[in-house]
Amino acid sequence: MIIAITSLSLLGLVLGLMLGLAGRYLKVEQDPIIDEIAAMMPGSQCGQCGFPGCVPAAEALASGSAPVTLCPPGGRVLAEELAAKLGVTVDLSAMADDLPAMAAVSEATCIGCTRCFKVCPTDAIMGAPKQIHTVFKEACTGCKACVEVCPTECLQMHPIPVTLGTWAWPKPALAA
Amino acid sequence: MKLFRFRGGVHPESHKQATGSKAIEAMPLQKRLYVPLQQHIGAPAEPQVRIGDQVLKGQLLANSQGAISAPVHAPSSGTVIDITEHTAPHPSGLGVRTVVIETDGEDRWQDCQKTINPFELDADEISARVGAAGIVGLGGATFPSAVKLNLWKKHPIYTLVINGGECEPYLTCDDRLMQERPDEIIDGIRIMLHALHAKQALIAIEDNKPDAIERMKVAAHLFDNVTVVVVPSRYPMGSEKQMVQTLTGLEIPAGKLSADLGVIVHNVGTAYAVHSALRQGRPLVSRIVTVGGGAINTPRNLEVPLGTLVSAVFDYCGGFGESPARLLMGGPMMGQLLPHAEVPIVKGSSGVIALTEAEVAINRPRPCIRCGSCINACPCGLLPLEMAARSRKGDLQGAVDYGLMDCIACGSCSYVCPSHIPLVQYFSYAKGELAARRRHKQKADETRKLAEVRMQRMEQEERAKAEAAARRKAEREAKSKQEAVV
Repeated sequence: MIIAITSLSLLGLVLGLMLGLAGRYLKVEQDPIIDEIAAMMPGSQCGQCGFPGCVPAAEALASGSAPVTLCPPGGRVLAEELAAKLGVTVDLSAMADDLPAMAAVSEATCIGCTRCFKVCPTDAIMGAPKQIHTVFKEACTGCKACVEVCPTECLQMHPIPVTLGTWAWPKPALAA
Repeated sequence: MKLFRFRGGVHPESHKQATGSKAIEAMPLQKRLYVPLQQHIGAPAEPQVRIGDQVLKGQLLANSQGAISAPVHAPSSGTVIDITEHTAPHPSGLGVRTVVIETDGEDRWQDCQKTINPFELDADEISARVGAAGIVGLGGATFPSAVKLNLWKKHPIYTLVINGGECEPYLTCDDRLMQERPDEIIDGIRIMLHALHAKQALIAIEDNKPDAIERMKVAAHLFDNVTVVVVPSRYPMGSEKQMVQTLTGLEIPAGKLSADLGVIVHNVGTAYAVHSALRQGRPLVSRIVTVGGGAINTPRNLEVPLGTLVSAVFDYCGGFGESPARLLMGGPMMGQLLPHAEVPIVKGSSGVIALTEAEVAINRPRPCIRCGSCINACPCGLLPLEMAARSRKGDLQGAVDYGLMDCIACGSCSYVCPSHIPLVQYFSYAKGELAARRRHKQKADETRKLAEVRMQRMEQEERAKAEAAARRKAEREAKSKQEAVV
């Protein structure tokens, strides 16, 4: 009986010690999936999803409280990647309608108020006080932050024009 | 010479009889020429002329931009009346930046820099002149030729293959060029051999062009390092990979170039253009175009100034006998669908073809019966049925795993499919979608960098402000202390 008691308590002690050590040295501060998701997000902290930034959005995605279609700048591609990452199925039909857009300044109504480029998360707008501002097409993510602050509604979203370089064949009609 | 066989391939009806025996004629000059600034793979050229400028034939209209690009020259003398968007010869029907020239009818050349002996020039000078002449691959791929002529610096080139395969049905422009101007082509080939430091040139011609073979053999017999090779007629013999495999038995590995095997492939039309550029100093301003298809009254080969509208070319060939069901630029297997005939002839236009209802033969697609015909036909050894099934379901990565990126879009699989499944169309769709994703990802990465830089700047500004405030506060306190002491 003594042998049994000693061996069991020894076993308990050793395993407990190992667990304790593992708890100390292999500690995970945060669910690693959050970092992985945050790395996939656009990172412009635009706030269109309703969360204060990309990392809080990633946390919500990881906990399952937000849909994978939450990120408008990421679009359909990001939604598909997120769905694959989180192992969920997703209905992308609603997203397909939402074409990617880009902000543009209407030069007739811009008063040079400087508000828009202060809120642009990617520094895609250039301007100076009382000078007409302009949008760098390459850097605009279509987050609409500037549209909301523009006092004269001269900043509007426009669909990104298709060019010869970006045009692609549509999917052939399904076989009968 | 021992030839090798590439797997798969098809034998479409050639339809070459209508134009193969007729001599090349010159297309009369039109009142207006629409010269697109992108007639090549790579960056569009940047205009060097303004509206209202007088230009001479061969004068530079737009300069090349970046490493892979080509300049564009005036196809005739006249006045630049507009630089605007004009419909591109492309299935999308989208516009491309175009210089519109009103011709004066004199067709006056600018002073050309003639070269007596191009073999005294060094390789860099030859490729620079080829680049400045705006020469691109005239087989239809329109890749800037000067870039290919510089490849000997990276890979030692042993063989220059001259592609006279012309395996596409209806097209006979290369056939006629070889029959009528063999000496000029051979001269162009020898200049390219010199520029590439290559040992030998092989001119590969399909066995359905006996006259061209005869003429080219006569022209080539003076030169030991230029050989005419007769290859069997089988589509897609004119594809670079399949041609290299037929001649050398070597398969170009996935993601590699023929230059990795020491082989460079150029089209016969390109060789002719190189001859004109170096001997006469004339840039590429016209090309031979096959006007064919059942809907055309008098099909023939024309030497057309670039920028001539396709509709004018059709009119010159007697218009349509019956209304065409489909207009194509290039051949029926790999050519581009044209949205309408008001598009210009460009450097890559090997032919313009108007097909009748009967020739198009639209069949409703039916479900795949997994017969494997497409696998037997695929010259690249792929499984088209598996790739198409995955593309259809949106599993693009699955299609890539099955070798989508090695597909040359030759259309052999669609041609043989008994269920009329648009296989190659699925692959075009999947490749376009993948390219869009790549662009999206690239943009997302750029955005992340921009956002990070902005965050850092904001933090720095915040810190600077806080420090300034603290400094002011300290100064104020020091001052008030001093006052208290006083």
